[in-house]
Amino acid sequence: MKALELVGVDKSFKKRRGEVVRALDGVSVEVGKGEVVGILGPNGSGKSTLVRVISTLVLPDAGKVEVFGIDAVRHPKQVQRSMNRVSVEASFFKKLSAMENLLYGAKLYGVTSREARPRIKDILENIGFAQKRATEPMEHLSRGMQQKIALARALLTSPVLMLLDEPTTGLDPRSKKDVQAFISRIREAHDSSILLCTHDMGEAEELCDRVGIMMDGKILALEEPGKLKARYATNGRVPTLEETFMAATGYSVEEASAEGE
Amino acid sequence: MRGPIKPGWLVEMIAVWGYVQRNYFLTKRYFMWEVVWLTFTTVNTMSITFIGAGAAQRPGAEAIDIQEYMTFLLIGALIWSYLSMIFDILSETVQWERWEGTIEYTFMSPTSRVTHLLGMGVYAIVYGIIRTALVLGVAMLAFDLDLGNANYAAALVVLAVCSISLVGFGVVAAVMPLLSPEKGQQVTYIVSALLLLVSGVYYPVSVLPDWMQPLATISPVTYGLEGSRAALTDGAGVAQLWGSIWPLLVMGVVFVPLGIWIFHLGENYAKRTGKLKRSG
Repeated sequence: MKALELVGVDKSFKKRRGEVVRALDGVSVEVGKGEVVGILGPNGSGKSTLVRVISTLVLPDAGKVEVFGIDAVRHPKQVQRSMNRVSVEASFFKKLSAMENLLYGAKLYGVTSREARPRIKDILENIGFAQKRATEPMEHLSRGMQQKIALARALLTSPVLMLLDEPTTGLDPRSKKDVQAFISRIREAHDSSILLCTHDMGEAEELCDRVGIMMDGKILALEEPGKLKARYATNGRVPTLEETFMAATGYSVEEASAEGE
Repeated sequence: MRGPIKPGWLVEMIAVWGYVQRNYFLTKRYFMWEVVWLTFTTVNTMSITFIGAGAAQRPGAEAIDIQEYMTFLLIGALIWSYLSMIFDILSETVQWERWEGTIEYTFMSPTSRVTHLLGMGVYAIVYGIIRTALVLGVAMLAFDLDLGNANYAAALVVLAVCSISLVGFGVVAAVMPLLSPEKGQQVTYIVSALLLLVSGVYYPVSVLPDWMQPLATISPVTYGLEGSRAALTDGAGVAQLWGSIWPLLVMGVVFVPLGIWIFHLGENYAKRTGKLKRSG
């Protein structure tokens, strides 16, 4: 069974002046069980809308969205149990401590404090987060530490599908490495399927079984990194993933990160 | 890592506790603000009650029972502080989480929206009772008012039923920020102000212009105040308060499911138009 299957998903938004923005245009993606699929794309390409549609926060205009064979539009509560999400903004109650935020997040998935505490301890150890800092308000923690707590929150609910929307954007190199290493361990230890949206070519190449390129709401290509690069080979020279991205989208990595939503 | 599968009702109850506990944690973290609001409410209640004392200095004051008038104002201020707090907490359910940036995480969790709103409602009622009791304690020390005849049990019954119907009212208002992230919350403040105007908080509904009085009949606060005042000043029992209780029961039966249904429609609208995303 596929962990995730999107077929022909469309989503448009009306802007203030009557302008219609097509955020998703016939998007079809599959993620197999235990597979990590990366989506590369400039800001505004539709990556975040894609994640929001899968996580039941945005209703698609057309198309099929299934999580482990269950229709996410018709049965959102059933699919919500099996997945969790980490977004570019580590969204927390800023005055509450990491521990309080984690305990609250766990309870929304039916996990009691008694069950959650030992899990939190294990997860925090795994991600190299000092236990004593877990009682500090989130607003006192660095972005990197907040993002580690966001990953811990997602993992705490034992998701079989993880949606990671630019989890390392804006992190310092050290925190980025830590978070990437943690994602690798999640994959190995928890047999989770992962959809990872990112700007980071190295991250995509290192962590993903298949990589897709998204532009203007469309998936332009979705293949294993080697095959994807081979597709854009010229004169027998296989390009880097960065060059492949530029060839497919017309954007450099810097432009992709800087383009406004 | 996955634990044993729990029955659905237990998962929902754990989530209700999650909302209550989260709000308790937030109240603790914003403790200084709690002190400020408690002081403000206490001073406000006392100021309004002193209006009654001031009436004794006005020409023709002999015709006024000053003690009765001060008690009337004190009860109005206390009950309004309690009921408006429930309405405010419920109506800020969406806006608060949008401000914190957590709304998407709450809305993508598998527990039901009824559970979410129930958790908010339970916290609002418990928090409101504690704060109002503290203000009442200070007011009783400050004013020598006779509540010796009060039927506190009957007043609590009226307030309990009124709280439920007001939760429904608050849930309806909570949908506003889903429909309009920029202006929705302001609308809920207007609804709150209108409830204060028409419900007879500091004056009898009969003094309102004729065209305004029908509005009082659809406000749960009107019946909550009538019943509480009768219980606290005249010692009326539950049977005598039936005239206030039955409209509140009807409103509870209508407003709570109506509120949840409207909230569901608002949530779907926000998900169709992408309005959950916006924060700040």
